[in-house]
Amino acid sequence: MDLAAAQVIAAGLMLGFAGFGTAIGFGLLGGRFLESTARQPEMANVLQAKMFLIAGLLDAFSAIAVAIGLYFVFA
Amino acid sequence: MASGETQTASEYIQHHLTNLTFGLHPENGLSFAHGAAEAKDMGFMAIHVDSMFWAILLGSIFCWVFYSAAQRASAGVPSGLQNFVEMIVEFVDNSVRDAFHRENVFVACLALTIFVWVFLMNLMDLVPVDFLPELAMALGIEYQKVVPTTDVNVTLGMSLSVFLLIIYTSIKSKGFGGFVGELTLQPFGKWFIPFNFFLEFVGLVAKPISLALRLFGNLYAGELIFILIALLPWFIQPVLSVPWAIFHILVIVLQAFIFMTLTIVYLSMAEESH
Repeated sequence: MDLAAAQVIAAGLMLGFAGFGTAIGFGLLGGRFLESTARQPEMANVLQAKMFLIAGLLDAFSAIAVAIGLYFVFA
Repeated sequence: MASGETQTASEYIQHHLTNLTFGLHPENGLSFAHGAAEAKDMGFMAIHVDSMFWAILLGSIFCWVFYSAAQRASAGVPSGLQNFVEMIVEFVDNSVRDAFHRENVFVACLALTIFVWVFLMNLMDLVPVDFLPELAMALGIEYQKVVPTTDVNVTLGMSLSVFLLIIYTSIKSKGFGGFVGELTLQPFGKWFIPFNFFLEFVGLVAKPISLALRLFGNLYAGELIFILIALLPWFIQPVLSVPWAIFHILVIVLQAFIFMTLTIVYLSMAEESH
């Protein structure tokens, strides 16, 4: 297998795993957020700010993987 | 992609991802680099002029706007600019109050600077990808990368400053002995010092690196996707770039907010004793 093909496969795996992990993470995060606001609606604003903070943290490492993956494919 | 006929797609992307580098080249002397290979030859001491320029320019704009708002501040009904600045300051102030364990003016100022500065640097991502590089090209500047936070040097520089502050606050509040003790005596007590040190040291060093790479990775991925969209035929571009830009507004504010919040939390953790 030549290097270019290996790079494309590696990039595909990176993008795939990044998407996979983030999807699970966001599912858990959003689900728990809805659950806890249903239980305590008065906490909704505080929880929303915290949820976005964690969403950003969650996003970060998959975004790094996506950046490196796309870099491998196109540049 | 105005000059697209003579470039391949990969060259176009490479061009957009190369910084304007200034440094001491072994053959050409003190000069700007023509291409990535030459920039690499310049070694460690080369400077990314474009990142520095935009970062300092945006920092000056931030200082100037906030200073002029403070100069013209009145106790009566606030004007538009004053209202806007007050809103940001209050937002940052509330975040510091929530996340930091006591009143601290220094941390509040630091948080405000980080938030607004990172936000402005991220905001450059929404400038059309070809606009400023083409403008620079017309002025005879070969490379131009306009988003400072897509340069890992900028984000690492910021996070290393935060790291030094973490160590400083830690030593200041607990003494040098307390700082070393925290690094070596937990979680398993004094008979496991090398193991404890390994665990705590990795935890300490991971803070600045994750802080920098998180910001860099998000913005780099965003910029790369904008560049890829710019490679498509012109009639498809708006369909993709507009939704991505709208989504990206969220990312821009969120990443600035996260950088700020984590700085506050890390400093708060450094000051509290366990």
